[in-house]
Amino acid sequence: MRTPTKLVTAALAAATVLGLAFAQGNQPVIGLITKTDTNPFFVKMKEGAQKEATRLGARLMTAAGKADNDNASQVTAIENMVAAGAKTILITPADSKAIIPAIKKAQAQGVQVIALDSPTDPASASDALFATNNFQAGVLIGRYAKAAMGNKPLKVATLDLFPGHPVGIARHNGFLAGLGVKDSSGKAITAQTPTNVIGGVVVCAQDSFGDQAKGQTAMENCLQKNPDINLVYTINEPAGYGAHQALKNAGKDKAVMIVSVDGGCNGVRGVQSGVFAATSQQYPLKMAALGVAAGVEFAKTGKKVRSGYTDTGVNLIAARAVSGVPSQSVQYGLANCWGQ
Amino acid sequence: MTTPPAPLAKAPDRLTLRERLPNIAILGPLLALLLAVIFFSTQSDRFLSPQNFSLIFQQVSYVAVLAIGQTLIILTSGIDLAAGVMMALGGVVMTRLAVNSGLNPFLAIGLGLLATTFIGWINGLLITRLRLPPFIVTLGMFGIVFGVTQVYSRSETVSNLPAPLTFFGSTFQIGTTTWTYGTLLMLALYLLTHLILTQTSPGRHLYAVGNNPEAARLTGIPTNRVLLMVYTLAGLTYGIAALLLTARTGVGDPNAGQTEALASITAVVLGGTSLFGGRGAIIGTLLGALIVGVFTNGLTLMGVPSVYQYIITGLLTILAVAVDQISRRKA
Repeated sequence: MRTPTKLVTAALAAATVLGLAFAQGNQPVIGLITKTDTNPFFVKMKEGAQKEATRLGARLMTAAGKADNDNASQVTAIENMVAAGAKTILITPADSKAIIPAIKKAQAQGVQVIALDSPTDPASASDALFATNNFQAGVLIGRYAKAAMGNKPLKVATLDLFPGHPVGIARHNGFLAGLGVKDSSGKAITAQTPTNVIGGVVVCAQDSFGDQAKGQTAMENCLQKNPDINLVYTINEPAGYGAHQALKNAGKDKAVMIVSVDGGCNGVRGVQSGVFAATSQQYPLKMAALGVAAGVEFAKTGKKVRSGYTDTGVNLIAARAVSGVPSQSVQYGLANCWGQ
Repeated sequence: MTTPPAPLAKAPDRLTLRERLPNIAILGPLLALLLAVIFFSTQSDRFLSPQNFSLIFQQVSYVAVLAIGQTLIILTSGIDLAAGVMMALGGVVMTRLAVNSGLNPFLAIGLGLLATTFIGWINGLLITRLRLPPFIVTLGMFGIVFGVTQVYSRSETVSNLPAPLTFFGSTFQIGTTTWTYGTLLMLALYLLTHLILTQTSPGRHLYAVGNNPEAARLTGIPTNRVLLMVYTLAGLTYGIAALLLTARTGVGDPNAGQTEALASITAVVLGGTSLFGGRGAIIGTLLGALIVGVFTNGLTLMGVPSVYQYIITGLLTILAVAVDQISRRKA
């Protein structure tokens, strides 16, 4: 039984060395907690924050949940960062309600907490919010699709995130609102509509988890159900590429329009090559940079950031503009995109 | 009973008639699959077509190949929680080497297979040499492999793949139906595994080790060597699954595979293989993977929202094992 003991000792030693390598000196400490550290959107947010922190001479600590809805890891991260002396915490809440007690506890210890990308519920629980309006992002591609499709009867497939996620619901319903669709009871769809509206022109709605392989499977099955689908909305561009692969295999990629949200570089290239008709571009680097700057300001002067919502903007990127819907060119999208 | 008898040190040269008969264990999943097919045929007129079946085969192909490795492991009463993320690593290694490092695509594929095989071998070493439980080893490996994949790929998806990497996604015609080469590869692997498990002495050793490792050891079966071989081979099958997934999606996706280990375990369980080891059949696993694929496809055709699909698949898994247990108690 000696070997395991040796192994454990070696592992502990390695962990200590790693820990020391990441420890640093006495600068303002800013914590950034993302939903995951695997989604390129958050990876870029982290890179943007790191760049800004280096520029302003602050130390950035980062943590993330294991999945998009992992509240427990975020709570732990807040506690650890406060313990490590962070004076400002930037967070993309995984669960807009469940995170609030942890935020309140941090604020009670004099820490400024700023929400990035998605709001807390109520939004006033954080000191400020730097985010994109996801409902608006959906509206833009919805309006674009409506104008581009003209008077064709719509048969829509939506490849959504997963049940109950506020960003997924906001984009989905924003898209339908932009299309000019009403819900099943004939009421207008708004940012307050609590769940994904389905039925009516939406002939097939399936979860994709924002994952390319699952998006492809969902699209294949939707096409089997309704071969005459002519418009596809996807929660993000990876799911959109999955949808495109399914359409291509079915020989329908030219006839069916795909619109998406995110505006990562790989997504904008999809607009350029005609895979996507349009996408709504967001600016995670900007959110992160604003957050870090506010954190450094607070550390130096003790002045908190202006409370409330700062919209970091969303732009419609389309290769072919349609009349009545303002959009930016692919060149603009490529110049301002995130990721590779 | 469905288990082959514990073999002696040398596998018998000739099989008895009883062992040649189809394994009773696969009758359950076969019946379930047929019932599901009949049910969905009555619910949607688009379900019962060769083209739709080809689609289902394509959709389950990579999970079904993962499940081959998973079956081998579960037959030895182990479990592999890292199967899916090992597949993701294999896919990212293949695609990054071919696209970003400009390696010959075939060499890149070879190195991707080598990577997953190597991790399987490490799993096997930890389990046999340090006597660690497979559950713990592969749980730890899940985190390690996932992290390494993210770091190596910078969490970026690799696209614009050279042709050899997408070959198994390409199609051929049978009549008016298009099938993919990936489907053929999957079926060929199942046939090969079936033959190895039923016709060769290493295959019978594997069942013996799963049934009763101590008894197997006493009859002279090199238990540790069998286990090491099983985890290493499983690693290789995950690499092949990576090739299938890459060909299907046309990208190397570092975020793939996070739930696929559980999906592969579901296929194994639905296929009638016992989690306690030593009992089951590889063909059952294929049927299990197809059952999940048929339900996902069929429920979508019926217009059932995704949320309810999770509930139904979960119920199905528990039901399958419950029926298996009850029938065994009666027997």
